[in-house]
Amino acid sequence: MSDEIKFSIDGVEIKAIPGQTILQAADAAGVYIPRLCAHRQLSPHGSCRVCTVKVNGRPQAACTQPAAPGIIVENNTDEMKAVRTSIVDMLFVEGNHFCMFCEKSGNCELQAMAYRLGIAAPQHEYLFPSRPLDASHPEVFIDRNRCILCGRCVRAAKELDNKNVFQFVGRGIHKHIAVNAEHGLSETDLAGVDRAVSACPVGAILRKRVGYSIPVGERLYDKQPIGSDIEADRSSAGK
Amino acid sequence: MTKPKVATTSLAGCFGCHMSILDIDDRILKLVDIIDFHKSPVTDIKKFSERCLVGLIEGGCCNEENVHVLQDFRKNCDILISLGDCAIMGGIPAMRNNVPLKECFEEAYLNGVTVHNPSGRIPDSPELPLLLDRVYPCSEVVKMDYHLPGCPPSADTIWEALVALLNNKPLDLPYSLIKYD
Ligand code: SF4
Ligand code: SF4
Repeated sequence: MSDEIKFSIDGVEIKAIPGQTILQAADAAGVYIPRLCAHRQLSPHGSCRVCTVKVNGRPQAACTQPAAPGIIVENNTDEMKAVRTSIVDMLFVEGNHFCMFCEKSGNCELQAMAYRLGIAAPQHEYLFPSRPLDASHPEVFIDRNRCILCGRCVRAAKELDNKNVFQFVGRGIHKHIAVNAEHGLSETDLAGVDRAVSACPVGAILRKRVGYSIPVGERLYDKQPIGSDIEADRSSAGK
Repeated sequence: MTKPKVATTSLAGCFGCHMSILDIDDRILKLVDIIDFHKSPVTDIKKFSERCLVGLIEGGCCNEENVHVLQDFRKNCDILISLGDCAIMGGIPAMRNNVPLKECFEEAYLNGVTVHNPSGRIPDSPELPLLLDRVYPCSEVVKMDYHLPGCPPSADTIWEALVALLNNKPLDLPYSLIKYD
């Protein structure tokens, strides 16, 4: 292929097709770049910054930065790991994450990211914010205490469910997820089976009455770190 | 040769983390070969009389007494470890952290559905430790050297940590032992 792009991540040669982002090309090559707001079926958002890599020495979000010929990408370096650890730390302390009783525990991407990064405890002080819960919908609830503002629900509703259910309101520390109705989730056309529900990486949008169905020890991230599926592609490809 | 001393305490916790210490099963026999438990619910020793190598702290600080005990541990232990999620981030007791203290008291002693309190008074005896405005993670009160997450941390986590520290090795928990639930 003549228009194939070649670049490197941590010294490994990666092939990309024009139009791919660094993250997409890395995924295809079986190289895992940690991420939270990115989702394979959704448009890139570039908001969580967990996928920050250095491109020719400059920090960039791998989920929005196009792959380009000859770029030198630093991903799994001590410096990038420290940046990611700090971001994940802050996501924990700026919300209220009580993993011990959270229905998402063991299947949660934020928690799994902290495990993968080896975080025993955040290094920042906890904010203990006061954030409202919306349990008005018969099938789904929103617990904003656990929302990490990744915008996956907003994008999944629009792009996959063709509905206008979620939107961000407010700025800075006051930014939060809102629903497109006067009195809460029950007045929207959200359904329990919608992709917007399953797209939430954490326990902020959950289906009712299905929690704790998988025993501890058999949940998604109990044995294997997040990203293992992508890395398995690499070893099976024998690259 | 005198054995290194380990002290433990439960602050605003449920004793689940201490149960997890006992959960190391017969390894506890190996443990008492290499350490002595000093001030701890396990020994019922109430006051520090010797310097301890390791202090294991279960629970965060919800009242004045918790703060004093924690400061006493910091003074008397070389290495202080948050044992479990409550010590690390307040845990279940910290769910009151965004409810005003007055409302917490009123719910507990006046308005709660199961409350029987004919006097209609909120207990205020000077014998009772003063409740803090919120529950504080241990690391916001004194310097904590290590954290063992989990609710409770597994017996293997506690075992690995003690063995590493007693052998002067760095405490690096493997993936399977970092759990927040
Ligand atoms: S959403 Fe994830 S990180 Fe937050 S409490 Fe639930 S399991 Fe823990
Ligand atoms: S509710 Fe979930 S999907 Fe939506 S922004 Fe918050 S964390 Fe992301």
